[in-house]
Amino acid sequence: MTDDNMLKVERLTKIYGPATGAGALTVLREVSFTLATGSSLAVVGPSGSGKTTLLGLCAGLDTATHGDVTLAGARLGALDEDARARVRNEHVGFVFQNFQLIPTLTALENVLVPVELRGEGGREVEARELLTRVGLGERCDHYPVQLSGGEQQRVALARAFMNRPKVLFCDEPTGNLDHDTATAMAELIFGLNRERGTTLVLVTHDLELAKRCQRIIRLRGGAVVSDSTP
Amino acid sequence: MNFVLRMAWKDSRASRRRLALFSLSVVLGIAALVAIGSFGANLRVAIDDQARGLLGADLVITSRQTIPRAVWDHLATVGGEQAKEVAFSSMMVFPGADGINRTRLVQVRAIEGRFPFYGEFLTQPADAAARLAGGEAVVVLEETLLNQYGVKPGDTVRLGKVDFTVLGAVLKVPGESVAVTQLAPRAFIPLAQLAATQLAGPGSLVRHRIALKLPADVDPLAIERAMREKFRTERLGYDTVEERKRDFGRVLDNVNAFLSLVGFVALFLGAIGVASAIHVYVRQKITTVAVLRCLGASARQSFAVYLVQGLGLGVFGATLGAALGIGVQLLLPLLLADLLPFDVNFFIAWPAVARGVGAGLVICLLFTLLPLLTVRRVSPLVALRSAFAERVGGPDPWRVALGVLIVLAVVGFAIWQTRSLPLGLGFSGALGVGFGVLASLAHAVAWAARRWCPRGLPYVVRQGVANLYRPNNRTVLLLLALGLGTFLMLTLYLTRTTLLGQIQGTGGNGRSNLLFFDIQDDQIEPLNALLEREGVTTRQQAPIVTMRIKGLQGRTVDEILADRGSGIPGWTLRREYRSTFRGELTGTETLIGGTFTGRVPEGTETIPVSIEEGLARDMRLKLGDELQFDVQGVTLAARVGSIRKVDWQRLQPNFFIVFPEGVLEAAPKFYVMAMRAETPADSARLQQAVVRDFPNVSAIDLTLLLQTFDGIFAKVSLVVRFMALFTVATGVIVLVGAVLTGRYQRIRETVLLRTLGATRRQLTQIQLVEYAILGVLAAAVGCILAVAANALLAHFVFKTAAAFPVGFLVLTVLAVTAVTLLTGLLSNRGVTDHPPLAVLRQET
Ligand SMILES: Nc1ncnc2c1ncn2[C@@H]1O[C@H](COP(=O)(O)OP(=O)(O)O)[C@@H](O)[C@H]1O
Ligand SMILES: [Mg+2]
Repeated sequence: MTDDNMLKVERLTKIYGPATGAGALTVLREVSFTLATGSSLAVVGPSGSGKTTLLGLCAGLDTATHGDVTLAGARLGALDEDARARVRNEHVGFVFQNFQLIPTLTALENVLVPVELRGEGGREVEARELLTRVGLGERCDHYPVQLSGGEQQRVALARAFMNRPKVLFCDEPTGNLDHDTATAMAELIFGLNRERGTTLVLVTHDLELAKRCQRIIRLRGGAVVSDSTP
Repeated sequence: MNFVLRMAWKDSRASRRRLALFSLSVVLGIAALVAIGSFGANLRVAIDDQARGLLGADLVITSRQTIPRAVWDHLATVGGEQAKEVAFSSMMVFPGADGINRTRLVQVRAIEGRFPFYGEFLTQPADAAARLAGGEAVVVLEETLLNQYGVKPGDTVRLGKVDFTVLGAVLKVPGESVAVTQLAPRAFIPLAQLAATQLAGPGSLVRHRIALKLPADVDPLAIERAMREKFRTERLGYDTVEERKRDFGRVLDNVNAFLSLVGFVALFLGAIGVASAIHVYVRQKITTVAVLRCLGASARQSFAVYLVQGLGLGVFGATLGAALGIGVQLLLPLLLADLLPFDVNFFIAWPAVARGVGAGLVICLLFTLLPLLTVRRVSPLVALRSAFAERVGGPDPWRVALGVLIVLAVVGFAIWQTRSLPLGLGFSGALGVGFGVLASLAHAVAWAARRWCPRGLPYVVRQGVANLYRPNNRTVLLLLALGLGTFLMLTLYLTRTTLLGQIQGTGGNGRSNLLFFDIQDDQIEPLNALLEREGVTTRQQAPIVTMRIKGLQGRTVDEILADRGSGIPGWTLRREYRSTFRGELTGTETLIGGTFTGRVPEGTETIPVSIEEGLARDMRLKLGDELQFDVQGVTLAARVGSIRKVDWQRLQPNFFIVFPEGVLEAAPKFYVMAMRAETPADSARLQQAVVRDFPNVSAIDLTLLLQTFDGIFAKVSLVVRFMALFTVATGVIVLVGAVLTGRYQRIRETVLLRTLGATRRQLTQIQLVEYAILGVLAAAVGCILAVAANALLAHFVFKTAAAFPVGFLVLTVLAVTAVTLLTGLLSNRGVTDHPPLAVLRQET
């Protein structure tokens, strides 16, 4: 792997159930690609095609049945869960389809979790700036239940950028939002991505959104059917 | 670490009230342990402080015979001060306002000297004790007698041939507790009046007692040793402060251990409550944990976040428990006042508090850890998929280890408290069985509910039944809490009923219920004539000859006593036997070996006697073994001619040793007589008639026994019930906790149902069905367990038939169900009128 490759995926296969025979469900089949630092990738495909599974494997949330993932220079297959957690904390940001804010924490506290996990204090100003950047400067002390879906997703985005990630993984970030809110969200994602030079992996079934990426990989039944630049 | 603490604090924000509620489950258990532990320490200090007051003297010497001159001479050389007492049972006559006299068995204490030397002889009025010393015909009576017979100071009561003026009531005598003197209430008279009563004649069972106050430099134990050596043959009993202390200490340790175990059941139940509440709590936190993991928290960190919350909960519960326990400790002396023979000063025994809190914390933590372990295995993937997915893997070794630790902790605690391996194991075993039965019942219920819920039933019923098996159901928890609570309370009640039934049964079916004793040889004829006139038909009478065992199989008693390897309990050799002689076996006896000889010709050298089975076993006697008796100075050679089984549970004269006729007729003897009085009025009339003509004859009737027993049991069971209350209250708290947890769990579903058009009424009905089923089942199983426990106790411990009050059992089931429904409904209030919107917005 060279420095200009942020993510390298080699013959990645994920099988649920027994490894072979009846009951084995192959969700990903020999998926390979590399992604240059600072570039953006959209993974598209129909529901159930394995997009989320691929994203989870790339981010080290799960282990592959075969194949390997190299993320920011670390071979994930060789690491244990806690080491992968450290890689995530240092290099990765997440945005989920269903926001996944911690319900017991305020917006500001949610944004601060990644840095607090590292034991870094005194970054509150930066967190407030990020929240202001996503347009929620006034809502810092609100709890997730007090925020709308779009607002929650913006908090999640601020949280994702808090640890200055090298890669941002987004799983259907606009899937639960209406059209206008989704458009605004997309602006924020791409805007922040550009500003901070982050590598972006975006899973979506929204082709409009996908077209804004430099590269699109289409999945069907767990296999790559096309890999193109729009 | 900083992150863990901060996160734990912040994350608990929304659920602190809930966590506090969970911790309440263990508060009562810990409070019970703390209260009992600290009070136990108070008692031990009281025993040490008032040790000499326990005896009232440095050394007490007792004897069944008049204390010989030689002993008095010896005591004179020792120095110090002496007080004398002669005690015996007798009938006291209380003149009634209506001119009708009433009689009551009392324990007469004829006293002389300045006893007690330590501690106080408290009377009401206070000078009554001092006025006794004047030697006039005055008496100080047990308080209950004054109340029962409406006697006031200045009134006259009669004992034997003397009328005594009542001075007042006994409040407290050093070393004697009120509860144990209930059967024969005490009556203190001056020793100088004893002879005039003509009561303590030959044949009456009299206990002589000398209390000694020794010079400060004399060791009571040394005096005792010297006297034992010197007066070997006098059969004196000795009591020292040290022995008293040891005896009390042992009894108190046992009581303490027992109460601690009752408290522990509460703790155990509460811990189960905490565990199941945490289980639900953790399930709600899974997504949060997954997100933390996605953001880079390690498994250990996220586990630590919730461990800190669990610890906080435990510490909170323990602190509250300790505070409450100290409060309860203030109450215990009030409950135990009549049972304790001394005053207890309140102080907080911090080591005991620490032990209680420590034990509580350990148990609480172990049980909290069990569900918390799940947190370690939450996969970050859960954040991606809303579906719950626990990371798969084999059985968690930590979970297994924790399970083993919990079992060890429970067994360890039980052994620690009872200081006995078999008792500790027995207790934890019983707890395990109760737990196991209820837990498997719960699983069976859930399974059956899933399997057999009839489709034809109304929707609300089906929904309520379905709640029994659906994920996150509280079937197991509620059955455990309610079932164990019911079981404990009911066992207590049933045991009492069984024991009372046993005593009542003693006098049932035309059996004797009135016993006269201390009848002199020359009184038996006129007494029989009197009873004949009074129309008493059923009666048994038996002559009694007192004797001692002198030798066994050619060895003297002293030789056997000196031989530690003999295995024969000393009391069987030392005691005074009150034997009878007659021609045949009675209805309460069955021959189980040899032949019963009813009569021997005059001059028989070795007399065949009949020995009671249990005594034969204790003394290791076989048929044909030889014994020598000392019958008031005359030596008799005898052999074991037969062995009998005796049914002791009848109010009728029964004997260890029965002689044939033709041997003891000439020996000094007295009689006992048992008869049946059909009504209490008959009984009272008979007693009065007999006491009037034969003042030295004493009577005991079954009603008196029943009252006494019930009185003592009521006091003891009050204490036990008080402790059991902790278990029941814990059960209610756990129940409320479970309902509330379920409310958080099901709030979404309830709201959805409401959104879909369910009425509040329907929602309430669904809950009612669920609670009703659980309440009935838990109560029923609690009843079955209690009935079984009582049957075992009755069979093995009390050796009697177990009580089985069907009506009461049905009532218990109804009551427990009602409590369950009520608690359920009360704590469910508000769920049904929760605004649906707020809930639907919530992520959890
Ligand atoms: N834990 C699992 N066990 C079995 N099959 C699973 C599991 N998780 C996901 N799948 C299956 O994997 C396939 C791909 O899922 P996913 O990656 O979520 O698809 P997408 O995100 O493209 O909709 C689906 O058919 C899904 O049912
Ligand atoms: Mg998906």
